[in-house]
Amino acid sequence: MQPETTNRKLMWWGVNAIVLLYAFIPVLWIVSLSLKDDATLNDGNYFPTSPSDDSYTAIFNNSDFLRALANSIGICIIATLIAIAFGTMAAYAIARLDFPGKRTIVAMALLVSMFPQIALVTPLFKIETAVGLFDTWPGLIIPYIAFALPLAIYTLSAFFREIPWDLEKAAKMDGATPYQAFRRVITPLAMPGIFTTAILVFISCWNDFLFALSLTSTSNARTVPAAMSYFTGATTFEKPTGPIAAAAVVITIPIVIFVLVFQRRIVAGLTSGAVKG
Amino acid sequence: MTATPTAAAAQAAEDRMDDGTLDIARQRHTDAKRAERKLGLMLVGPAVVIMLAVAAYPILYAFWLSLNKADLRQPDANKFIWFDNYVTVLSSPIWWTAFGVTMLITIVGATLELIFGMLLAIVMHRTIVGRGLVRTSALVPYAIVTVVAAFSWRFAWTQGLGWLAPENSAPLTEFWPSIGIIILAEVWKTVPFMALLLMAGLALVPEDLLKAASMDGATAWKRFWLVTVPLIKPAILVALLFRTLDAFRVFDNIFVLTSGSNQTSSVSMVAYSNLIRGLNLGIGSAMSVLIFITTGIIAFAFIKFFGAAAPGSDAEGRR
Repeated sequence: MQPETTNRKLMWWGVNAIVLLYAFIPVLWIVSLSLKDDATLNDGNYFPTSPSDDSYTAIFNNSDFLRALANSIGICIIATLIAIAFGTMAAYAIARLDFPGKRTIVAMALLVSMFPQIALVTPLFKIETAVGLFDTWPGLIIPYIAFALPLAIYTLSAFFREIPWDLEKAAKMDGATPYQAFRRVITPLAMPGIFTTAILVFISCWNDFLFALSLTSTSNARTVPAAMSYFTGATTFEKPTGPIAAAAVVITIPIVIFVLVFQRRIVAGLTSGAVKG
Repeated sequence: MTATPTAAAAQAAEDRMDDGTLDIARQRHTDAKRAERKLGLMLVGPAVVIMLAVAAYPILYAFWLSLNKADLRQPDANKFIWFDNYVTVLSSPIWWTAFGVTMLITIVGATLELIFGMLLAIVMHRTIVGRGLVRTSALVPYAIVTVVAAFSWRFAWTQGLGWLAPENSAPLTEFWPSIGIIILAEVWKTVPFMALLLMAGLALVPEDLLKAASMDGATAWKRFWLVTVPLIKPAILVALLFRTLDAFRVFDNIFVLTSGSNQTSSVSMVAYSNLIRGLNLGIGSAMSVLIFITTGIIAFAFIKFFGAAAPGSDAEGRR
């Protein structure tokens, strides 16, 4: 049996290597661009021949960029926490409870997720200016929650449908109220799904470009993708390839850290005994 | 829809008793139902309020704008013109070219994403070595901001700068190479999204069931199609539905890669040009409403096709 196991391991390492190449080739390319100096920037090589940190020095001396980094992190974490809390509640109700207006709510979530965001930009700008939310953290957090909710509700209700609901029945038999059954029995079982959804929601906030651009006007609440575009526009005649690449690398790091941290919990959640019973 | 288990059990127990206690049992039954409704409404409340506040008014406002001549460059000429904006858009070759490009990117892109997403999900789920490494690194393309990834592809294909650029041609200035690169950028970026959702579905397939099928002589191919796929259908629906709707609104990648030159504009790009660059809110909003209707048709087709597995449909969860 020993050689067969070794062969299978080798086969899987081969497959893994393909996945790693797929994932990292474009990423390493932008890292390598950010490390090239002015002289070798246009040499077309995949790897830099004379690495330099000029591009990083440039962006880390840019206070607008640093502020944008803080905005991105704060706004996305708050929006994710709230969206997941509300999304879990709503998804559970939709998957498991009988109440009036359920279909209307599902249809509404679908409408929200379908609407081209470009069409919401003009009216949202007008509303936020009127109520004083324009160019503030809540001014971005609230739309982010609204647009993350359909994704959260759909993904989570798909998870809730697959949960062994006999456990809930058992809890109710033992005298638990529907709320207790939800909080104590079902929520822990749903954790793998909730963490998966949290990652998706955070990334969708971090990724947003259109709202960040149109609902902010200063570095007060402007997030990195929007700041990067101004940064790009600053030099009209010479494309700042190096600094764009450096900024790209910097905003990729928090996400990679976030994914690393939550990845463990997802693997633990998915492989724990809850699903297999 | 008889009752909650508690009420049903209570009723069964009380049936054996005299008539007086039966009424109490019915009363409890109704109370339980009422409590369930109340809990349901309480749980969806916050989500509904936020979605209404951020989306309902703007959606109505966008529809209203689409029925008006609303050109910010000629504010005095604003008036209600019924469906004239739609006539203008639907008789414009620019719109139909963009529509064709968008459909092409959506169909080819979503098909490739589902195939590669499923392969990646199986690798992440099944690999016996370096599982954490593979799962974490597969998330990288999804985790990266679309604009960042798009810049990486653009620089890679830029003549004289990029490692992929051919010697004597500029692929991003020609139609078909541009479309190919846009699809490549979209697929590269979103395969992990598919794979993550599909893998979560795979984790819920009971291992015993696959073993049993294997004992009965089912090949891996048959086990996949006859055991795994039916069980993860809800996960496939969610993943494919969201990806298709998203692909149809493709914007960031095209914006960075070609800026819509050489007729590579998507419908969202055309709407953006009219809204933000052209300041023609009426035409732009009409285009937005048309995009919305098209995505509505796509979503409807999906839910009809998958039937009972659609989110929100009853029965499925209440076994």
